[in-house]
Amino acid sequence: MRTLDVPPVDAVALETRAAELATRSIKKDAKRAGLRMVVEMIDLTTLEGQDTPGKVRALCRKARAPLAGDPEVPPVAAVCVYPDLVPVAVEALVGSTVQVASVATHFPAGRAPLQQKLDDVRYAVAAGATEIDMVIDRGEFLRGGEALVLGEIAAVKEACGEAHLKVILETGELGTYDRIRRACRVALEAGADFLKTSTGKVSPASTRPVVLLMLEEVRDHYLATGRIVGVKAAGGIRTAKDALRYLVMVNETCGDLWLRPDRFRFGASSLLNDVLMQWVRLGDGRYQRPEDFSQD
Amino acid sequence: MSDAHEGTGARPAVLKTWKLFVGGALPRSESGRTYQPAAARHCNVARASRKDLRDAVEAARKGQGSWWNRDAYNRGQIVYRIAEMLETRATAIVDELVACGVEQEVARREVEASVDLCAWHAGLCDKVGVLLGSQNQVSGPFFNFSTIEPTGVVFVAAPEQPSLLGLLALLLPPLVGGNAVIALCSESAPLAGLAFGEVCASSDVPAGAINLLAGPRAELVGHAAAHRAIDGLLLAGRPEPSVGAEAADSVKRVRWCDAEWDAPGLAERVRRLDWVEPFVEVKTLWHPVSGW
Repeated sequence: MRTLDVPPVDAVALETRAAELATRSIKKDAKRAGLRMVVEMIDLTTLEGQDTPGKVRALCRKARAPLAGDPEVPPVAAVCVYPDLVPVAVEALVGSTVQVASVATHFPAGRAPLQQKLDDVRYAVAAGATEIDMVIDRGEFLRGGEALVLGEIAAVKEACGEAHLKVILETGELGTYDRIRRACRVALEAGADFLKTSTGKVSPASTRPVVLLMLEEVRDHYLATGRIVGVKAAGGIRTAKDALRYLVMVNETCGDLWLRPDRFRFGASSLLNDVLMQWVRLGDGRYQRPEDFSQD
Repeated sequence: MSDAHEGTGARPAVLKTWKLFVGGALPRSESGRTYQPAAARHCNVARASRKDLRDAVEAARKGQGSWWNRDAYNRGQIVYRIAEMLETRATAIVDELVACGVEQEVARREVEASVDLCAWHAGLCDKVGVLLGSQNQVSGPFFNFSTIEPTGVVFVAAPEQPSLLGLLALLLPPLVGGNAVIALCSESAPLAGLAFGEVCASSDVPAGAINLLAGPRAELVGHAAAHRAIDGLLLAGRPEPSVGAEAADSVKRVRWCDAEWDAPGLAERVRRLDWVEPFVEVKTLWHPVSGW
């Protein structure tokens, strides 16, 4: 691999711009359209040690029809689970547009031999996952082994076959914007279909400046190569208001070319209910009660 | 460095904008609006908006668990701490009442009665379960207990006068029942009520268990009635019929009271268990008697 020539990030400008783009007030019809778009972009996620087939089935029901009785609310983009629960999700989502995403490569730490990581990926794909969320080897990346990380991503991409590959950078562990930019370049070069911020297991997870940086990277990659790569903001996005701020950032950075579920995603679990509460409030004018919305 | 005020004895004025008390913090209104209360035209008070109420509800829902999960004894200690802090700040709060047009001596008595009321409710914290719960005599080999649980988040609208004692008379009962409270201070004289927020801020009250707003009552009570995540309303004075209709949509507990706020003997009249009772839910447990 050639040495990547990556310019440093102007952290002050990045954070200022991310903050400026968060100040817009989105109301009424624009809000309704925005909320609808957020729902379409959600990867409804459950990644807990305590997950059961029953919980995954409940999540899938919610993914197909997030708000019972309101067909105007579209299905979410995908359900995201651990590999062993992929068959359950596939069965529960038959006949719907909802994709099955699986984390793989020994999520969330990624500490396993490459062969085992590839087996993990092949198992998930064979079980029916159409999207694979892999984690990069942050330890190797941080000690300078970028070529090794790139090779690993490329190998996973090959193991994915037709499945879409999202590469989790775990930006909360990378420490600086400069390193995040380098990690983006490595993943883009290795053939990622999506750049994803975080596993959701490390704090900070997704932050707006980091996602802005990633959006700029995929935009520049598109301008240089013509290849479109998506971005997934995952972890820590819990409110509709926050999600709408991300959409503003997407639109202002990449244009509406990226305002589609196959190019921008939210990895979240509690976000969906807040969006639904806002949706219902727009309809009947009353602030809603969280208990009135199903928790799965 | 030269000091422009040196020798003249003049200091730059440090003027206070009265803040709300939401989630343990003292924010201005998110709307940026302030108003000058009818009884204290020289003051700028943050004027709470519908959004501030919404923020308070979110804070209250978080704070309610933290409040109720404490031991009843600890809740009593915290309410007693409120009484201590109110006593410590009594002189300043008397001044706030006087600034709102209350006579000095009347104001002093009102603050003293308020401190006493806090102390009384502090004692009630670990007794209310016994007073409102019961051990029931049932036919069969069972222990049968009725225990109380809080309703959740209660919105309180204080009377216009007495602005502090009236506020506490309505705020403390649901609080003692384990609820989180969002209280709207007297619209025309909110200063002492908001000063009470500063007292709470230094009394170990869990963030969000007590929230204080100021602003137009006609507007905010309507919003509170419509907000589905508020579980109860306790209002001074009879509300508009529309309030009851809105509250019914989310099956809120609604109580309003007219305690003859300006008649003598108020301090004793507001020590009322029957203002705690509407905002607790009774749960009855059946437990088999062993050894039968």
